[in-house]
Amino acid sequence: MTASENSLSRAPAALREEPGGGLAVAVWATLKRDLLLMLRRRSEVLNPLVFFALVITLFPIGISPDPALLAAIAPGLLWVAALLAALLSLDSLFRADYDDGSLEQLLLTPQPLALLALAKVAVHWLLTGLPLALMAPVLGIMLSLPAGSYAVLAISLALGSASLSLIGAIGAALTVGLSRGGVLLSLLVLPLYIPVLIFGAGAVQAAILGDGVLAHLAILGALLALALSLAPLAIAASLRISING
Amino acid sequence: MWAFINKLRSPKWFYAISAKLQPWFWAAALILIVTGTIWGLAFAPADYQQGNSFRIIYVHVPAAFLAQSIFVSMAVTGLVFMVWKIKIADMAATVMAPLGAAMTFIALFSGAVWGVPTWGTWWMWDARLTSMLILLFLYLGVIALRGAFASRDSASRAASVLAMVGVINIPIIKYSVEWWYTLHQPATFTVTGRVGMPMEMWLPLLIMVLGFYSFFIALVLTRTRSEILRRESNKRWVRELAEEAN
Repeated sequence: MTASENSLSRAPAALREEPGGGLAVAVWATLKRDLLLMLRRRSEVLNPLVFFALVITLFPIGISPDPALLAAIAPGLLWVAALLAALLSLDSLFRADYDDGSLEQLLLTPQPLALLALAKVAVHWLLTGLPLALMAPVLGIMLSLPAGSYAVLAISLALGSASLSLIGAIGAALTVGLSRGGVLLSLLVLPLYIPVLIFGAGAVQAAILGDGVLAHLAILGALLALALSLAPLAIAASLRISING
Repeated sequence: MWAFINKLRSPKWFYAISAKLQPWFWAAALILIVTGTIWGLAFAPADYQQGNSFRIIYVHVPAAFLAQSIFVSMAVTGLVFMVWKIKIADMAATVMAPLGAAMTFIALFSGAVWGVPTWGTWWMWDARLTSMLILLFLYLGVIALRGAFASRDSASRAASVLAMVGVINIPIIKYSVEWWYTLHQPATFTVTGRVGMPMEMWLPLLIMVLGFYSFFIALVLTRTRSEILRRESNKRWVRELAEEAN
């Protein structure tokens, strides 16, 4: 038995079904498994959304219910609150898999870990970033966000939160082996979130002022392209460190 | 080249060679910083707009230069450690992180002090102060991550990955923050391009920058030597060294 066959036989059942199936099968199996797991734990999907709504509720109470004032700061508030909600959900990204050992199985598969990790991040974005983006316009109404910027808010959040998930997954992978990684994770990841926040909130602001928003969205897209190409490698390297440590 | 890299693998060799190098860097640092300080504070002409308060750049600018260079060196040593498993590189990265954070803090603090007579306030959310603040958070993240691991090897590799991720992000953060807001004056110091200040002001600044870099190299050499002794304390050559000293 060769080394690769040996490691293949230790892979989870879903990945072993077609020994010759290769990468596409493995990525699809990881996607399906993670989606299924997340949909069975619905509260984990709903919690970031409730958190988002709660934080947005705090601002009018803490600052002022004056619609004019709220409208002026709404783009930034919505973006920051969504960013924090996405951040809070990151800690659980690899946690359960780390605890029950399936992360180790993932490392043992012959497929590149970077792409399997990318599949996990894609599920995270699909069930956290995308719902947050869809929910943001509703909260925008409550903050009297000026008309005409709602679509841009949702699009910028959908684009930006994909970068947030990718960058955040690096931090989650680095801290998954630590028993109290939660606060540390935010410390590592928040500084790296700043460019996304600048251009995301900038897009909404530009839409309110009637400037062109395409430039902002294009830069958000460029950041996503960069994160998409480099972050999986860093996530894979970090997961290896956390497992071996 | 390979022979040199192989030599670098040996902490003992590095310990010997750094013993010869470090007095030169300490001497250079001392001479340059003392000269630059006296020249900059006493002899350089006062600025026609800012008066004497401009003299804080003789600390502010070298510290800001080092703050950025140290992060890049940390990422480079991290990469060397990850690729070639050279332990010295990681020891150097370990001692660099607090030094870089300290330099970032000095740059921020001196900027704030300079802001009082110039802007009339301690803090302004301007582009360069903001990206310096973010750099400080990046440093604190690397230090905190290294401290969080129980095993030294995992800590080293995790800190290396984070330093490399950070160094890719620093230019992105810098330009996005600059785009976000610019209130600061344009850069005062360039080595190439046009010199924005008269020679009598610029020369002491150059001396201070060189002095700060010598200080950085000297301090990293000295502290890496202590780190070698700490980590290799169970090796025979370290024990023999300790017995000789007694």
